Amino acid sequence: MAKHDLGYFVHEGVSNMFSHGFMSFAAIGITVACLLIMGTFTLVAVNANEQLKDLERENEILAYVDDTYTTAQAKALQKELEALDNVASATFISKEEATAAFAAEYPEEVQFQDLDPEIFEDRYAIKVVDLEQQSATVEAVAGVTGISDVNAHEEIAGGFVTVRNVATVVCVALIAILFVVSVFIISNTIKLTTFDRRDEIAIMRMVGATNGFIRWPFVYEGFLLGLLSAVIAFLSQWGLYEAVARGVENNDAMQLIRIIPFQQLWPMVAGTFAAAGILIGVGGSLSAIRKFLQV
Amino acid sequence: MIRLKDVEMEYDNGTKAIQGITLTIEDGEFVFLVGPSGSGKSTIIKLLTGEVEPCGGRIMINGFSVSNISGKQIPLMRRTLGVIFQDFRLIEKKTVYDNLAFVMRAVGAPSKKIQERIPYVLNLVGLEEKASRYPTELSGGEQQRVAIARALVNNPDTIIADEPTGNLDPDRSLELMDLLVKINALGTTVVVVTHEKDLVDRFGKRVITIDSGHVVNDSVGGYVGGTIHG
Repeated sequence: MAKHDLGYFVHEGVSNMFSHGFMSFAAIGITVACLLIMGTFTLVAVNANEQLKDLERENEILAYVDDTYTTAQAKALQKELEALDNVASATFISKEEATAAFAAEYPEEVQFQDLDPEIFEDRYAIKVVDLEQQSATVEAVAGVTGISDVNAHEEIAGGFVTVRNVATVVCVALIAILFVVSVFIISNTIKLTTFDRRDEIAIMRMVGATNGFIRWPFVYEGFLLGLLSAVIAFLSQWGLYEAVARGVENNDAMQLIRIIPFQQLWPMVAGTFAAAGILIGVGGSLSAIRKFLQV
Repeated sequence: MIRLKDVEMEYDNGTKAIQGITLTIEDGEFVFLVGPSGSGKSTIIKLLTGEVEPCGGRIMINGFSVSNISGKQIPLMRRTLGVIFQDFRLIEKKTVYDNLAFVMRAVGAPSKKIQERIPYVLNLVGLEEKASRYPTELSGGEQQRVAIARALVNNPDTIIADEPTGNLDPDRSLELMDLLVKINALGTTVVVVTHEKDLVDRFGKRVITIDSGHVVNDSVGGYVGGTIHG
């Protein structure tokens, strides 16, 4: 590509964008709408996933120590438990701590307030790294000498895993569908602008312009349309996200929901929007112009 | 030079548009290609510009063999041609100057050359004062002269004009033909497709008559009759 060509292509791409103002506006509008819908779904999914992770982090396995073990012997098991695969942490809870926690759980029950700690066992509260591997971890914990019993809420863990998997599949499917729909709509919108300029393309071909020369201004136009759409979509998404976050923060019924600050997410959102916008714009342009370059 | 040797052309729908045409147009010639509607004139233009490929025979244009030309060579071959259409095909959103600059840029001409060449060509067709006008602000005759300027601007070896006077009144048609003769006098080969008998008779140039895909007459002097050429 000669140096003067690059300047010409960029100039043509920009001026085409303005001279076909309505179609450019339509293409940008549709791309922004699609990016916003995809972005909103993704951000909801990311937040929901984080919420589930928080809940998962609360889930724990209780491993009871053989009651013939002294407190010192029971504490000595900690390193062995922490060394097991998939164990994130193992916190020792003495009989006395267990007794106090039990009493605190039932403050209205007088008979529970003065129990003998000896009826409880020393125990470990174990948190796992990956809930899907919890069953194997329970078996491994049960196999540790000195552990008499293991109590795990397998059904709760399974529930978390199922909810997360279903949510991931639904989100990925929705995002994929919306992406394909966006490319299709953008491609057709740019096809309309290309159709509007079929005479221009025919003249270029007739005077001996190469396919590359004809294609480049459309590629730049698609690139600029995509980039501009991404910038508008990003700013809109930012505003929308902050508004929703403020709404949740100010709503007493939603105090348990933790919204990830946009400052943590913006590089991912900006990068994804820019990449998707440019991909949609350039892909749509190339697909739209292909049939005009056949002869 | 244009040379067609035993050229056959049949469309996908079975229409035999060209049936064994052989003809030669030398460099610097002025030729009228005439014939009734459906005779095969437009197909010859399409063959010459590489829009369709012949089913048989050989076509040579300005040193390119169109019969087995590669995709990459087609633009190079087209740069040796300037094509003028009946409906002008100007870009309405561009000024006269930009319509011409656009086709020069399409073949990679640098800006300096564009700035030098366009005023010269506009002067040649008598439109130097209209460079900043848009096509819709011009008369039909002026628009066709812009189309001629556009065909000329890349300095082609051959100009092919497909019914160039079809949308013009008789006076403008005559002016336009005079302009094409003037361009021919500067050394450019000119092929004019037309069915306007009066115009053809008036100029006394070589006339190739096509009918049903055959060359039925090739003579100098008028629409019918005259001596057989070559």
